[in-house]
Amino acid sequence: MKCRVCRQPAIIDIRRHNANFCSEHFLRLCRDQTAKAIEDFSMLEPGDRVLVAVSGGKDSLALWDLLIELGYEADGFYVGLGIGGYSDRSGETVRAFADQRGLRLHQVDMRTDYDTDIPTAAKATRRVPCSACGLSKRHLFDKAALDGGYDAVATGHNLDDEAAVLFGNTLRWQTEYLARQSPVLPARDGFPRKIKPLVRLGEREMAAYCVVRGIDYIVEECPMAVGNKHLGYKEALNEIESRSPGSKHDFYFGFLARASQRFADAAPAAGGLIGDGTPDPGIITGHCQNCGSPSTSEVCAFCRLIERSAGARPVTVTPKGRPL
Amino acid sequence: MKVHLRNPSRIVEVPGPVSIVALLGRLDLNRESVLVIRGGTLVPGDAMLDDEDEIEIRPVISGGAV
Repeated sequence: MKCRVCRQPAIIDIRRHNANFCSEHFLRLCRDQTAKAIEDFSMLEPGDRVLVAVSGGKDSLALWDLLIELGYEADGFYVGLGIGGYSDRSGETVRAFADQRGLRLHQVDMRTDYDTDIPTAAKATRRVPCSACGLSKRHLFDKAALDGGYDAVATGHNLDDEAAVLFGNTLRWQTEYLARQSPVLPARDGFPRKIKPLVRLGEREMAAYCVVRGIDYIVEECPMAVGNKHLGYKEALNEIESRSPGSKHDFYFGFLARASQRFADAAPAAGGLIGDGTPDPGIITGHCQNCGSPSTSEVCAFCRLIERSAGARPVTVTPKGRPL
Repeated sequence: MKVHLRNPSRIVEVPGPVSIVALLGRLDLNRESVLVIRGGTLVPGDAMLDDEDEIEIRPVISGGAV
């Protein structure tokens, strides 16, 4: 295999581009695709300050690295979720990444700062762990971005993530979610702009980017997320992709270009909540009397989660994510 | 050759020489879902692996196992 650009030996084949790349030109491809996504969807303006939500996984660390490479002022934000050894290792990985590069990292630890953690909060509120986690992270990302005066929160969602979410929402025709699936969500009162600069890059490319750049990341996935529906959608889409390269790209970008506008008038989700309990920005009725965040009720979903898990006996999880 | 698989971490022995495509087929793995790494560097899809090679097959799907 030879690099499409320079004809030197290639290190990776990307079948949807029908092309192979050497290290140098693969890294350039990743930078170019990130820059194109930022430009095409007007994610950032020159001089914008970006807060990158980092987990220690390949996507978020690659995103942080790429934004710095592209010249953006990008700081990291890490939430310690308290999921046993997995959280310990992910935190160490993120801190090492930031220290080695001299980057600014903001950190919140659920146990230290809120006297709870995801396994405990999930059990106390009878939420599935991914729901409690998603709700907590979104709240804390928004708060950190607004408190720190950042213009946008960047997350490491890649093409595979977005195609899998679209697949799940389409399977059940969840029109209110389809109406909101976009690589960029503009800032609204109390919510910072949300951007997904990796939507033009696949999951395999992000892992390869980290290997080529020497980025040490957590290969293991959260033990509480293993086996969830989202993972099944990704596997199904990869079966299709292996027979018809480019299918994921066409599915997602075809939706954005030709279908997403058709759902723009979809009714807000029941209860004024979207996704895992985030208030729908379109029908915010006020602000949380506790923390001041936009909310559809007197106390926001995050503060209710914290209140209901206060004093609960901490839940310890096994390496496979099961409560002890 | 020694093949290091993840989640759970384990090592299996596979006789070489064998191509990447054939190896992944033998292990029933989708090329879209993994990277093959030898000595810290990526191994392209058309490479041949020798009997004395040690490689890692790394899942790229978050939460994925191989």
